[in-house]
Amino acid sequence: MTPFKAPSVEYSLIAPVLIILGVAVVGVLVEAFVPRRLRYVVQTVLALGGTVAAIVETIIVFNRLNLGDTHPGSGRLAVMGALALDGPTIYLWLLILVIGLLAVLLFAERHLEGGLLSFAGQAAALPGTDAEREAATKGLEQTEVFPLMMFALAGMLMFPAANDLLTMFVALEVLSLPLYLLCGLSRRRRLLSQEAAMKYFILGAFSSAFFVYGIALVYGYSGSMGFAEISQAIGGRTGGHGLLLGGIGLMAVGLLFKIGAAPFHAWTPDVYQGAPTAVTAFMAAGTKVAAFGAMLRLFYVAFGGARWDWTPMIWVVAIMTLVVGSALALVQSDIKRLLAYSSIAHAGFLLVGFLGIRSLVDISAGEISAVPAILFYLTTYGLTIMAAFALVTLVRDAGGEVGHLARWSGLGKESPAVAGLMAFLLLAMAGIPLTSGFTGKWALFAAALAAGAWPMVIIAVIGSVVAAYIYLRVIVLMFFSEPVGDGPTVAMPSIMTSVVIAVGTAATLVLGVVPGPLLDLLGRIGEFIR
Amino acid sequence: MLVPMSAAPVVDPTSAHGAFTLLWLVIALPALGAVVLLLGGRRLDKFGHLIGTAMAVLSFVVSLILFITLLGRDSADRSVSQHLWTWFSAGHYKVEISLLYDQLSALFLLLITGVGSLIHVYSIGYMEHDERRRRFFGYLNLFVAAMLTLVLAGDYVGVFLGWEGVGLASYLLIGFWQHKTSAAVAAKKAFIVNRVGDIGLSLGAGLMFVTFGSTAFTVVSANAPHASKAALTAIGLLLLLAACGKSAQFPLQSWLLDAMEGPTPVSALIHAATMVTAGVYLIVRSNFIFTNAPDARTGVVIIGCITLMWGAIIGCAKDDIKKTLAGSTMSQIGYMILASGLGVVGYAFAIFHLLTHGFFKANMFLGAGSVMHGMDDDVDMRHYGALRKAMPITFATFAMGYLAIIGFPGFSGFWSKDKIIETALTENWVVGLCALLGAGITGFYMTRLMLMTYFTNKRWEKDVHPHESPKVMTYPLIALAALSVLGGVLLAGNWIVDWLSPVVGVPHESSPPIPSLAISALAVLVVAVGVATAWLLVGAQEVPRVAPEKVSVFTRAARADLYGDAFNEEILMRPGDRLIRDLDTFDRTAVDGFVNGIATSLTAIANRLRLAQTGYVRTYALSMLGGAAIVVLALLVVNL
Repeated sequence: MTPFKAPSVEYSLIAPVLIILGVAVVGVLVEAFVPRRLRYVVQTVLALGGTVAAIVETIIVFNRLNLGDTHPGSGRLAVMGALALDGPTIYLWLLILVIGLLAVLLFAERHLEGGLLSFAGQAAALPGTDAEREAATKGLEQTEVFPLMMFALAGMLMFPAANDLLTMFVALEVLSLPLYLLCGLSRRRRLLSQEAAMKYFILGAFSSAFFVYGIALVYGYSGSMGFAEISQAIGGRTGGHGLLLGGIGLMAVGLLFKIGAAPFHAWTPDVYQGAPTAVTAFMAAGTKVAAFGAMLRLFYVAFGGARWDWTPMIWVVAIMTLVVGSALALVQSDIKRLLAYSSIAHAGFLLVGFLGIRSLVDISAGEISAVPAILFYLTTYGLTIMAAFALVTLVRDAGGEVGHLARWSGLGKESPAVAGLMAFLLLAMAGIPLTSGFTGKWALFAAALAAGAWPMVIIAVIGSVVAAYIYLRVIVLMFFSEPVGDGPTVAMPSIMTSVVIAVGTAATLVLGVVPGPLLDLLGRIGEFIR
Repeated sequence: MLVPMSAAPVVDPTSAHGAFTLLWLVIALPALGAVVLLLGGRRLDKFGHLIGTAMAVLSFVVSLILFITLLGRDSADRSVSQHLWTWFSAGHYKVEISLLYDQLSALFLLLITGVGSLIHVYSIGYMEHDERRRRFFGYLNLFVAAMLTLVLAGDYVGVFLGWEGVGLASYLLIGFWQHKTSAAVAAKKAFIVNRVGDIGLSLGAGLMFVTFGSTAFTVVSANAPHASKAALTAIGLLLLLAACGKSAQFPLQSWLLDAMEGPTPVSALIHAATMVTAGVYLIVRSNFIFTNAPDARTGVVIIGCITLMWGAIIGCAKDDIKKTLAGSTMSQIGYMILASGLGVVGYAFAIFHLLTHGFFKANMFLGAGSVMHGMDDDVDMRHYGALRKAMPITFATFAMGYLAIIGFPGFSGFWSKDKIIETALTENWVVGLCALLGAGITGFYMTRLMLMTYFTNKRWEKDVHPHESPKVMTYPLIALAALSVLGGVLLAGNWIVDWLSPVVGVPHESSPPIPSLAISALAVLVVAVGVATAWLLVGAQEVPRVAPEKVSVFTRAARADLYGDAFNEEILMRPGDRLIRDLDTFDRTAVDGFVNGIATSLTAIANRLRLAQTGYVRTYALSMLGGAAIVVLALLVVNL
């Protein structure tokens, strides 16, 4: 019998994840032991402080690994090979943490709901009952949202770093479960919110089942959970190719569900619409970034040797996603649903870049390869969509947020600032030059072209033309239509939402005008450790 | 005919120090004036014109200091460059904003700021009753700054900047009285026709970049002798196109006569003395191109010949005093273009004639303005007559300009035109005869103008009381008249040729087929014939108040500007109009129909797809299952 060997854990290297998890745990304790009136302040400070500390720690780790000044593909494995700490991981950590920080600010906004959080006062109270009315009149608040969000954030951090199948699955569940809950916590339109949470949970569980089944098949094929071993097995052409293909397919379903690719997108509009807008923003940006990071590592590192098998499948999915996202956004009448379909279309564009996979030896120096292009696009998209959803929270009437587009007509007259910022962000999503959306699309398409996926690029360009129409329609509505009689008012947010809007808009502008430094950095660090 | 000549000098300036560091001020002063006047608003209305004039005069003072400093330098050391900043760079291509001050730009600086200052002073009186006088001076300052940029730039892109700047200023000033439809239309016409020429300059600069990898004078002049002949000829012809636009040369001459809608000081400064000569400057400045491209020079000479006759013929038939002078300007610039097309032997004389013409034509335009001032802004010479007594100073100064332009021995124009005729005859007798004949016609139309305005019978309108203009207008006239008389001293001891030779090259010695003196005598004789004809046809008869209808077909053609506008309208405008209309129809029906059709069908598709979004989890789960099947199938299919 071999003696038990304790696993070695590089605490200092995975400190960012540990800090966030620690904050989440402390947050739960705060709920139990801190008086109700102090909880908001304590939780906000804790979440903000923890996220900032994690960001600082990530930068320290970045420097310790010397990622900035070595050749691509450097980094190291941690926790017995369960986590891969390389350029993409650390960069995605940074991006996810920034998104998390902005999300905390949105979560903590109290100005818009008359001094209360925009989450249900008492989630357990059934909608329309006396208990709910009592919670409302008492001005109850539920500050558990902060620890829940921190748990989700920790899952998002682990997801793209996961270097074996089990860790990846655990990360997936850690990020998903709190989000299912958060979706159901809207203060307004609670039935819609709860319905969204239920749908998300059932479909999420369904997709997880596919994912786990896929893991089993891949394990059956390679005899290992580690990405490196799987890659080796594929390189060695072990028998049972059918197992591998089935495994790739089923795991892909789980991941494509998370990024909202068609035909696994159906939950997206319903959930984005029903969830509290702050949660929607966090999901739209954070989940997509984390899931795409995980998918990149799984497919590029573990399944990279079998890429001739899976690229046709991605072709099919990418085309379907582009068509569904762009076409259905045309006929939406709710701004949150429109942004949901827009995020589906963006997933399509990202999948186009995903097709830019090539052998490392084929990539010449200075060229934009798929990984940096996707990382860049995730950055631009994540920050833009955060700001867009933050703006959505400002357009309100007595019943809460006004999502219906018809009532947005003439918003440019009511509030030129909000309408102008929204127009700018929509132009960025359409990929108009001098915004980050243009640079991002350009990088993606360049990477795909270099890999020979030009038919896909043509389809994507046509898709972006259609998409431009979608966004311009909203802009026309805001600026060139007469205001409706009972138009919404624009609420003045506190500094917190303003910061989110400012950061998102500034990033959209800066990355559109001077994308060079970030692209250079990503070019240097944007390769996985193998 | 035009054989390659001695190599063109390379532009190789030393960097500026000492007094030359003031060079940027020459441009900055009027530019500052323009900014202050145009942005300053109404509070500057009372004294804005003084600011504008002061800026022009200060710029002249700086130019004079620079010129004197340059005179003190050794002749090989008179090319100075002041680097200001890098405008932009892309890859290996860099455009520096650097100023080149050499013998050629020095003369232009004096002309632009000197004549410019006089015209600023004159305008104080001329525009006194115009409520937008401040703005007028702002535009004038803008023009001066742009023109100085044009002649000081050390790079073709910099030249282009000034080139467009003077085009803009010209547009603004021609249309200054925009409440008159004719002025607005004339401004637009000038701008559009100029644009055709501007394409020549931008394409020329582009071709230079392709050929030499740079658009800086230094690089282009150093490498021009090694470039292919075809490239040099193409660049030369493109630059010629540019020159045709800005200098109103055939076939882009049509805008200049209409440009007389602008206030008269504008006609004097921009459309006589300076801007319209920019084409000549461009060709002479690009001597390193043209000296090495004899075919392009042939083109230049032909254009010059055609235009000098064209303008002279138009000038014969016009009753509008300003349009007669405009035709004359066109013709005189034709002389300069002709001279510059002759190559090394002609460059210096082109510039010489440019300077003397700048003096006497500005003088006469301002004189015409003075006449109009006294005649209630009437421009029809058939309403003038016998004005010499009513406006003695205007008459006397105008007469100096007249004697200069027809080439009366001793006056400035005599020296400069005589040199061009002599050189042309030496190089090619057809060209020489053309120049000689043009001189005769000049004698005719200018005498006709003099007679109809200052002599013959009074044909004044009722209630018009001609009077002499105020001193602020007559003093500039006197100054310009003096220059018109004395401008010939520049040729004393062959000074101007020696002065410019480091820039344009040293001409080889050649003697004319007949002695120079005989050529001069011949020229004077031809002019005398022209003058005599005018006397017989105009002076010795009663001038009718209304232009006679029954005239020869030639007169009718000349009155219609030799059908230049009719040609443009029939051949260019109407087909263009039709093309645009058809394209518009195509755009509205076919393109819009296509786009709208796509939008409609996409919406229809979307509405179908939308049905799948039922809101039921079971439907969603089913679609996921279907999707999973598709994914696995897609994986398996490629492995079959």
